[in-house]
Amino acid sequence: MACDYHIYGVRDTFLRKVITNLRSKRARKAVAKTTLVVGAAAIIVAAGIIAYLALPQAAKPQGGTSQNQSVTINGAGATFPYPLLSTMTVEYNKIHPNIRIGYQSIGSGGGIRQLTEKTVDFAASDAPLNAKQRQAASNTLHIPETIGSVVLAYNLPGVEKGLKITGPIIADIFLGKITKWNDPAIQNLNPDIKLPNNDIQVVHRSDGSGTTFIWTSYLSLVSPDWQSKVGSGTAVQWPAGLGSSGNEGVAGLVRGTQYTVGYVELAYALQNKMSYAFIQNKEGKFIEPTLGSTGAAVSSVAANLPRGDQRWENVSVLNAPGADSYPIASFSYLLVYKDLSTVPSMNSEKAKALVDFLWWVVHDGQNYSSKLQYVPLPQTVVTIDEQTINSITFNGQPLRSQ
Amino acid sequence: MNSDDDAQKSSKQTHHKRKITWSGDSFFKLLTLVLASGVIITIILMVIELVTGSLPALERFGLGFVTGLNWNPVAGREAFGILPYILGTLATSALALLIGVPISLGIAIFLSEMAPNAIRTPLSFLIELLAAVPSVVYGLWGIFILRFWVKDYIETPLSTYLGFIPVFQGTPFGLDILTAGIILAIMIIPTVSAVSREIMNAVPDSQREAAYSIGATRWETIRIGVLSYARSGIFGAAILGLGRAVGETMAVTMVIGNTVGPAALPTSLLKGGQTMASLIANEFNEADPTSLHPSALIGVGLVLFLFALAINIFAQFLVWRVLKVKGGAVE
Repeated sequence: MACDYHIYGVRDTFLRKVITNLRSKRARKAVAKTTLVVGAAAIIVAAGIIAYLALPQAAKPQGGTSQNQSVTINGAGATFPYPLLSTMTVEYNKIHPNIRIGYQSIGSGGGIRQLTEKTVDFAASDAPLNAKQRQAASNTLHIPETIGSVVLAYNLPGVEKGLKITGPIIADIFLGKITKWNDPAIQNLNPDIKLPNNDIQVVHRSDGSGTTFIWTSYLSLVSPDWQSKVGSGTAVQWPAGLGSSGNEGVAGLVRGTQYTVGYVELAYALQNKMSYAFIQNKEGKFIEPTLGSTGAAVSSVAANLPRGDQRWENVSVLNAPGADSYPIASFSYLLVYKDLSTVPSMNSEKAKALVDFLWWVVHDGQNYSSKLQYVPLPQTVVTIDEQTINSITFNGQPLRSQ
Repeated sequence: MNSDDDAQKSSKQTHHKRKITWSGDSFFKLLTLVLASGVIITIILMVIELVTGSLPALERFGLGFVTGLNWNPVAGREAFGILPYILGTLATSALALLIGVPISLGIAIFLSEMAPNAIRTPLSFLIELLAAVPSVVYGLWGIFILRFWVKDYIETPLSTYLGFIPVFQGTPFGLDILTAGIILAIMIIPTVSAVSREIMNAVPDSQREAAYSIGATRWETIRIGVLSYARSGIFGAAILGLGRAVGETMAVTMVIGNTVGPAALPTSLLKGGQTMASLIANEFNEADPTSLHPSALIGVGLVLFLFALAINIFAQFLVWRVLKVKGGAVE
């Protein structure tokens, strides 16, 4: 026995005792006991796994038709439409208990990446695909499913909502050129309000975001200075201000700190009862951001929208014409492949279920919009979506009987 | 010699038994070897992944990636330079050391040299417990409470009375390099004080006795007998703290102000900034996969990884040297 100690260089008497003990009968009994326990645990786990695997089988009705089989559809993408989409998926599951739709709000960029890698069945994005992205995920359809608008929220003691402001002035504030609240440019537009001589503290998003895309696209459109110095994108090189993560991060900072100004989605401003500015539109009117004024902006451009399989990158609801149009609005899109068999995990049944869900989203699903502070799609956009959804195929076969 | 004789005898007697033992032992040996090398292999794979992932950005910008000021992910204007975030990381970490190390040293001296036994154990336990607080909790506390204290009681006086000095310029807002440095200081205190205490405990009593025997006061004993002996170990403890500060992400992201590009250069304590870790946390989710943006962020990760690795190796080396001296002293 001692040879073993020698092999491991163990000469310590205590260790010798321990090792000898381990080899005693009692120790062997203990080992047998342990084996028994481990074995029992393994059997329990195995039984659990078998039961789990058997469960869907058991849940199936006897001789059930394919319609009763449960289908799971997975989507991922933008955070902006998440409250709406998650409500829609829950409500849809109530009507069609066998269809489960999962949506992960990982951000527009993440959704597009997963769609490109074909690991999700659909994606959602606040920005349309650009040329490179369209190349990477070819034959992708854009289905506008809801509309968002972005507001300029501020925290000025004693000033409620309704500060009047224009796009170029907002651009100058975010460029760091206008630094005081009582700058003549702002004061002259608001003769009734006594503006303080305090520094304007700008708050922007620190994470890449569809909201930032909409906001910077608007500023680029109305301010050549912004266009040349910063440009537009989901993340930009901010010349001024502080960054905070998420709509709730910006809303929290602006609400909690005096003399701040930031941009958030309309829904966040309304839910948090924040003060927000009335922004001058193309017709020169100062427009309060509401569901109504955002809807008006979309209706005014709806006649010129492309088809679902065409390029959407130039579609803009920004600075839209019309006396009642709020100038900073944008579509949020669902993205799917035109031929759903492109996604490896897809089968004809799942494809049919997805198309039916999309159809429901642009019709009955829109009823949930207003309650959640989202703008319902105008009829002209619904008509375009209908054509797009009807054109979806699986292995070349159309999925909706027209 | 004796055991060798034993070995020869027993190898004949228990040939059968030894075979069984051998297979179990060698299996166990193999198992632990796999577990141990698994960690190393993971790190090697990580480095490979970081290098291949960041290669497109590194090839495009070359040395400018490390020295550039612009960080522009806008399509068509792409420019990725990470100097402001390297400096931001260094500035916040240095601030954390400046505030955290003296406090930690005080704690360590008290615990190892002065505290009565009844206090020593519960107090060290409580301080080490601070290390278990998740960093997002520090961040929440920072953004909701600490931020306003810093703004009202530190930054406002600083900018009012010392505003003419460039490092104190800016509008006090509470979300800036200073607040990030203070949060980091609190976060490194448990690490630095625990390691320093161990180091001071490792100083042989003969050192203290020698100091007392030449008539040194208590403070002099601590200074010449303990601190100077444990010098490089304490330095190592501080560097370990630096290692934590450099990589800390969540709490920093929540209080640092998250500026980008030239605006992120840490020119003033009262200005928003950005560290390498917070930049990755902020931007990776939404980085457009068809652009260079994700590659540039992985490049930031690579630089951060190299920073943290170098700092930790250096610190471990210093700490290890002191503990080895102690081992030698005992033998």
